[in-house]
Amino acid sequence: MKPNNASEHALLIETAQDSRRRFLRQAGTATFSGIAVALLGGCTITRAAGTSTASDADDAVAKDVRILNTAVAAEYEAIAAYQVGAESGLLKPQVLKVALNFQSQHKQHAEALASAVRKLGGEAADPKTHYNFPVDKLKSQEDVLQFAAGLERGAVSAYVGAIPLFDHRELSGAAASILADEAMHWAVLRHALGLDPVPQAFYS
Amino acid sequence: MTRIGPWFRVPVCAAVLSLAAAGCGGAPPFAAAAPPPGDPAAGKRVYVRCIGCHSPARNRTGPRHCGLFGRLSGTVPGFDYSAAMKKAAITWNAETLDWFLLDPMEAIPGTSMTFAGVKDARERRNLIAYLATLDADSQACRSVAAKLRKEG
Ligand code: HEC
Repeated sequence: MKPNNASEHALLIETAQDSRRRFLRQAGTATFSGIAVALLGGCTITRAAGTSTASDADDAVAKDVRILNTAVAAEYEAIAAYQVGAESGLLKPQVLKVALNFQSQHKQHAEALASAVRKLGGEAADPKTHYNFPVDKLKSQEDVLQFAAGLERGAVSAYVGAIPLFDHRELSGAAASILADEAMHWAVLRHALGLDPVPQAFYS
Repeated sequence: MTRIGPWFRVPVCAAVLSLAAAGCGGAPPFAAAAPPPGDPAAGKRVYVRCIGCHSPARNRTGPRHCGLFGRLSGTVPGFDYSAAMKKAAITWNAETLDWFLLDPMEAIPGTSMTFAGVKDARERRNLIAYLATLDADSQACRSVAAKLRKEG
């Protein structure tokens, strides 16, 4: 990000220094995924302009932690859903491979988001012990794919609705990169279902 | 204050111009029983934006929506609400939903519904009309209907 005037530049320096003090106390030995390093790691976490006082900053951090944790919760649900699909015995081997690959990407998303929560000094949400999936409705490969497609479609909207809310712009960028991945999942699942994989130009 | 729906807002406001600050600009309380003026079928399409976190009949990342109308915020059994949502103690109806869904985090600071909101008034109206259909008699809620009746 290039500052385009002096005061913005000063703000960036201030927030970077503040970020270092405030958020990076626990940064250290943990290994982060590529996205976490590039977008959520180091002193690249800077706040958007407009949050200059300490208590504003605390509010902003608490808010971003909440946004991240809601996303973590949704990612855990997706991981569990793909597990149900994978264990259903309904998926053909080739399809199962794709499903497990998508699941592993959701795991990476959950890890990156949870590590961002910890970097901000928050406590990451845990997976639920039980998800009430409508398993009685999953009777064929198509049912499983439709179920997964619904979750991925929902995830696209959830990220669209979260991205503008972050105070730390890097987190918006990170969430956008997750959105891109999950939108691809949705398109592939739709294709597998024989539907138009990309039915529109815009999604809200 | 008379409990009236927004579709009566214009004539009512004209009649009580002296109360403009309380009535016309803001939002009058909404009769919980009145059907909201919107197209539920169109609203169901808007509901796609909610299914990342909600489903009518199941608690997920967000609480279930069956039985939402007339319910007090933060009270679905088995759902772990934020302190802010529980403290808000809002009765959900067309009026309060319109206010909340425009900008949830602004409406209830501290909510864990970290979602920008539905900015288009017509989309909100249709969405709310759809949410209103999620009562004990609806097909989407059949699986929880017995529970809903018990909860009143
Ligand atoms: C990113 C996930 C997410 C999305 C997307 C989302 N919600 Fe929520 N919603 C939640 C969470 C989490 C809560 C619980 C909030 C709390 O406890 O503060 C909630 C709470 C609510 C409540 C209060 C319910 C109660 O029992 O008090 C309503 C109403 C609601 N959501 C409606 C919607 C509608 C309508 C949409 C779609 C336009 C939507 N939500 C989209 C996560 C989401």
